[in-house]
Amino acid sequence: MQKFVCDACGYIYDPEQGDPDNGVEPGTAFADVPADWVCPDCGVGKDEFSPA
Amino acid sequence: MTQKLTAVKVADGVYWVGAIDWEIRNFHGYLTSRGTTYNAFLIMAEKVTLIDAVKGPFFEELMARISSVIDPSKIDYIVSNHSEMDHSGCLPEVAAAVRPEKIFASQQGLKALGEHFHEGLDVVGVQDGQVLDLGNDKLSFFETRMCHWPDSMVSYLHGPEVLFSQDAFGMHLASAERFDDELDDRPMARELAKYYANILMPLAAPIKKALAKLTGSGLAFKLICPDHGPIWRSHFPRVLELYQRWAGSFRTRKAVVVYDTMWQSTRKMAEAIRDGLSSGGAKAVVMPLDSSHRSDVATEVLEAGALLVGSPTINNQMFPTVADVMCYLQGLRPAGLIGAAFGSYGWSGESTKLLSAALDAMKVEQVAEPVRVKYIPTAEDMEACRELGATVARRLAQAYPDRA
Ligand SMILES: [Fe+2]
Ligand SMILES: [Fe+2]
Ligand SMILES: [Zn+2]
Repeated sequence: MQKFVCDACGYIYDPEQGDPDNGVEPGTAFADVPADWVCPDCGVGKDEFSPA
Repeated sequence: MTQKLTAVKVADGVYWVGAIDWEIRNFHGYLTSRGTTYNAFLIMAEKVTLIDAVKGPFFEELMARISSVIDPSKIDYIVSNHSEMDHSGCLPEVAAAVRPEKIFASQQGLKALGEHFHEGLDVVGVQDGQVLDLGNDKLSFFETRMCHWPDSMVSYLHGPEVLFSQDAFGMHLASAERFDDELDDRPMARELAKYYANILMPLAAPIKKALAKLTGSGLAFKLICPDHGPIWRSHFPRVLELYQRWAGSFRTRKAVVVYDTMWQSTRKMAEAIRDGLSSGGAKAVVMPLDSSHRSDVATEVLEAGALLVGSPTINNQMFPTVADVMCYLQGLRPAGLIGAAFGSYGWSGESTKLLSAALDAMKVEQVAEPVRVKYIPTAEDMEACRELGATVARRLAQAYPDRA
């Protein structure tokens, strides 16, 4: 599955790991991450992520 | 008499060459009551290396301290661990004066320094874990992204086992002494917590990763040299423990009551809430905003279990001082707080609703409906405030029975 990188801080969203600390189960594709999810490291929104 | 600015030897071949800012009180909105230092370090290896620069106006102080050890033009390498301007402000001047063979920064640092100084600086980006050969010693770089900025990295000198940790483990505290064991513990503990609360609180996730990276590296740390405040020579294990605790949102039976007032009604409510908190066994910290700085509120919130916010209504809004603190606290993203809103009003009374929404935005769990009082609190109103304090105290006692 496609990884996505935060343009602001460099955090990488890896669908295989998800972001369980913030309610995103492992195995969740970036497209299926809730719209109000923010970068767990720097707080910017989903729209500031690009395909890694 | 002219003051002589000299370097301080901190380990074999390692010198502190930073600057002491006794005067600063406003560090981008953070009340630095005890001033600060901008630390920079000179490594006298075969390849002479400068770790970090200082804030712009302190260029001459930095150069004077370097000159007390070596002719600055003998510096081969400069390492920029963090591109924020309190550490990079005079980097272009230093580079022009020193003409180093190379300037190193993380990959994100390379970008950030370019975006600060544009064409002015020639920087080489290093990879996470990369080792730089200094001839008779080695310097390793570890990315610590978002501790404090995307560019942040730390450097480790293998010979004397020194970690140059940039903002991490730092504090704003100006002193003539350079080491932790030469300073009073209490102000140091306070400033360490204040720094964490105001600079690092929103970065819990990357901090946990960085701490795991450092503790899992198998490296020994004899000396930790942050970019602000004392060098850790004796108390670092305690600092590490505190960072683990804070990154894990450690909370206690403390409640912070923050408010402002127009005609003393919201103040009276705050006093009744404090009464309820105290009689319920919670520790109450009352912070009237005409005399409390937002950065001190953040410090109190760091280990608090509850946040109660009060504001009168002025022109259909909450008080601007309260809005300031709520905006600031929301950005710091404290996790796991309970709380409530309260306030007095004359005729329209929007403040408590606005505060309740602001607490929601901070993900503070509100334990009761806001207490809202018209003009002057009656005896029943004061009782309702006491009851609110008591409710919060009960919840805190359940959540943290052994953390008074
Ligand atoms: Fe910084
Ligand atoms: Fe800094
Ligand atoms: Zn980010």
